[in-house]
Amino acid sequence: MATNARNRGPLRTLAALMVIIFGLYGLLTAASIWGEAQRTPKLGLDLEGGTQLILKPKIVGNQKPSEGQILKAVDIIRNRVNSTGVSEAEVTTQGGGNIVVSLPGTPDSATIASLQKSSQLRVRAVLVEGSAAPLPVPAPTGTATGKPTTKPTSKATSKTKTTGKATSKTTSAPKSGFPRALAAATTPAPTGKPTAKPKVTPKPKATAPATAPTAKPKDPSDLAWVTPDIEKAFTALNCANPKAIQDIVDDPTKPMVTCSQDGSTKYILGPAELAGPDITNATSGLQPGPNGQPTGIYEVRLDFNATGKKAFCDVTTRIIALPSPRNQSAMVLDNRVISAPVPEVVLCSGQVSITGSFTAASSKVLADQLKFGALPMSFVQETRDDITPTLGGEQLSRGLLAGAIGLLLVVLYSLFQYRALGLVTVSSLLIASALTYAVVTLFGWSIGFRLTMAGVAGLIVSIGITADSFIIYFERVRDEVRDGRALRAAVETGWKRARRTILISDAVNFLAAVVLYVLAASNVRGFAFTLMLTTVIDIVVVFLFTHPLLSILANTKFFGEGHKWSGLDPKRLGARTVTYAGRGRVTIAARRAAAEGSQS
Amino acid sequence: MSSFAEFGNDLYTGKRSIDIVSRQKTWYAVSAVLLVLATIGLFGKGLNVGLEFRGGSEFRVSSVTSTDGFESRGKEAVRTLDAGSDVKVSRLGTNTVRIETETFDSTKTDQVKVALSREFKVPVNKITASTIGPSWGASVSQKAITALIWFMVLVSVVLALYFRTWKMALAALVALAHDLFITVGIYALAGFQVTPASVIGFLTILGYSLYDTVVVFDKVRENTLAAEGNGRLSYSQAANQAVNQTLVRSINTSVVALLPVASILFIGIWLLGPGTLLDLSLALFVGIAVGTYSSIFIATPVLADLREREPAMQELKKRAERYQAAQSRRAATVPSVDGLGAQDGEDLDGTDIQDTVPVPAGSRASASGRPLHPYVQSGPRNQPKRPPKSKR
Repeated sequence: MATNARNRGPLRTLAALMVIIFGLYGLLTAASIWGEAQRTPKLGLDLEGGTQLILKPKIVGNQKPSEGQILKAVDIIRNRVNSTGVSEAEVTTQGGGNIVVSLPGTPDSATIASLQKSSQLRVRAVLVEGSAAPLPVPAPTGTATGKPTTKPTSKATSKTKTTGKATSKTTSAPKSGFPRALAAATTPAPTGKPTAKPKVTPKPKATAPATAPTAKPKDPSDLAWVTPDIEKAFTALNCANPKAIQDIVDDPTKPMVTCSQDGSTKYILGPAELAGPDITNATSGLQPGPNGQPTGIYEVRLDFNATGKKAFCDVTTRIIALPSPRNQSAMVLDNRVISAPVPEVVLCSGQVSITGSFTAASSKVLADQLKFGALPMSFVQETRDDITPTLGGEQLSRGLLAGAIGLLLVVLYSLFQYRALGLVTVSSLLIASALTYAVVTLFGWSIGFRLTMAGVAGLIVSIGITADSFIIYFERVRDEVRDGRALRAAVETGWKRARRTILISDAVNFLAAVVLYVLAASNVRGFAFTLMLTTVIDIVVVFLFTHPLLSILANTKFFGEGHKWSGLDPKRLGARTVTYAGRGRVTIAARRAAAEGSQS
Repeated sequence: MSSFAEFGNDLYTGKRSIDIVSRQKTWYAVSAVLLVLATIGLFGKGLNVGLEFRGGSEFRVSSVTSTDGFESRGKEAVRTLDAGSDVKVSRLGTNTVRIETETFDSTKTDQVKVALSREFKVPVNKITASTIGPSWGASVSQKAITALIWFMVLVSVVLALYFRTWKMALAALVALAHDLFITVGIYALAGFQVTPASVIGFLTILGYSLYDTVVVFDKVRENTLAAEGNGRLSYSQAANQAVNQTLVRSINTSVVALLPVASILFIGIWLLGPGTLLDLSLALFVGIAVGTYSSIFIATPVLADLREREPAMQELKKRAERYQAAQSRRAATVPSVDGLGAQDGEDLDGTDIQDTVPVPAGSRASASGRPLHPYVQSGPRNQPKRPPKSKR
């Protein structure tokens, strides 16, 4: 195909656009075949219905949650359920204490579970660690043989993860320590492994209940915290019973007895030294290895505020010198120890990463829960029901019908105004719609973006804004034609001027969208996201489609010579003939005639 | 319609010009009337705020044997007691109907329970009533307002930097506030209910209004810069010309944006009745219309008023007056002009300056038909003309 050399640049741009469009649809198809994406945009609660949960606060004792606490819980749950702000979930209160969460679609059970948890993270020093193996209970009674073997093994496994450079990295033991610890506990005779170190640990543990019930503990790692009551609770605790763990009262000022998350180890922990509110941010991801390469282990990274930083620094400084198991600091989340790492160095950077038995999903859930703060209380699910759409299907179908009629009118109007140029508008709008559809559907899959009725209407209005970019452009080109430029030159100079206007006006819209998205909550964020999307699509379509297309068309005879139906007819635009007026200037006969007419 | 294209041509060349900026008092008066109407709507009638913002009562009718037509049945049952109240009905699971209403006191709640039990043929003890809080609570509104304030501040900074004068940013914000107030006021006057959807509609208007104003201001800036360079037009005149030149664009854009909204509005009125779509389309229709109006008739005159007070602009005005007086004097003293030069004088098209060398206007053709420089025709340095070869 012999192409006009002038068309090469624009054709390349068009090819790039085609690549983008096919790429998006290819991704969409791939995602729907191999992933869980659907081929239509996800719809919001008002159009599709969903699931409604009623969460009832779990009351410890007879304290009734205050209104402020409930409102705070509503805000936190709203953030958790709608962390990207585009899933259009609704959270409200019912009857003073309950929280009603309406989620579009059918949420999985993990999502629902994550809503109910308080997610109170506390850092506590480990005082006593024991295997949670239910029957052979040598640990609590303190036979010196069983214990020491448990300790070194779990410690050794923690230590293997030491990374030279990552000073803020700590890793946990409980999981890997489990099988060996169990094996050790069931073996009555000492294995001969214990070194000098473990000997120290069982001693105070065994003596503590007897000697120091009245002594005041000096610091949170002091074994004086272990009173006979605590000892008894530790013995009685059955990690296989989830109810038992749920009922543990997590009082930050007192020591507590609890289990690790997988139920393999149980602990006596000192009072809380650091809590959730001291966390400023939480992120999740793969743990980088010593050279920065991902290791395949998922971690949750925590950033602490000044208080948290200092507290954590103090904890590590104190416990690092202590014998095992007291050199561990336990991360306690909702009564369970999710990780009890042994710090290798004093950690004062204010950043800590937790590795447990995380998957990509569970580390993200935990990071979100920690980031948005702990609920003032835990909740239990009272009811769970499917809910019908609040807007009938009639509203959507008639709304779409109305939108279609409206768009048809737009097409007619632009053909009427711009003749053949109107076709450029129409095709640009089609490209814009195709892009919007693909992007909305893809975002529905990747971040749960959902369209509500308001969103659909917003998209229809955005078509008006997209069309405006073409109108600005065409009017500028026409202005240039009126000044007597040849069409090709008019397209180029008109574009240069229109481009500025299009960019600044879209930039302002984009700014609006970003600010609203970052700062607002709930439905407003969904709207802001839609606005962001359509603004970007507007720019993409004008730069990658409308302008190159018009440049190519300007080289055709029909447009280039200003055919009557091209919409760029110089005659209709008042530029009949062009004359050279001297001094590098051109002028237009029509205007000269007009000027003459007005003067005589 | 060739006349529309011609209209555009004339507006562009300045042959036809609508006095917009100089008649600012008229537009201010029009807006004042609209603002008064909006105030009456907002404060006289008050916003009819939906359940999503206020919370209300909730009834759950369980073990319903037939949920056919539950929506209208639920509404009817409540409306027999309290006509015109806001009712939302949805179905939970397979046999529970959930009805949200305004907050009722206990006697009213009992009456509603009885009515519902009759309607859905279930015993009264199968109906539970409770209060529900707002899903769009105070914290959501508060965050939205904080976001709006930040947005205004940032937009002002960006506009002030881009246009290199804070006055344009101020004028754009005045127009924005004007649009939002009128849209919300008229919405209140129409007695429609404010739902989260209509709030989204108002926010869309906010984006649209600002967008439209920026497009017009970009042209204003272009023209006024040119005017400041060549001193042929005062700031107001240049701004007025810019508005005229973008008028066709403004009309086309608003028609294109309004057509889909208008069709939703009409279908909403005739086929659907009150609901989200009607709420949204009314907010959008009023907002887009007012937004287009304000960027032409409010933002630009406000801007011109602000700028005209500057000493530099006063100076420009004087220069322009002198220039224009000279122009008309020349036009009067030179009766026969070949039109070319005079046309240049009238061609107040600021967009031209960068690629044309302006020929001083009023140049007269010599015997040979070549235009003569004004210096040659008159003025202090009237040097002797060189006689043609034949006369030497």
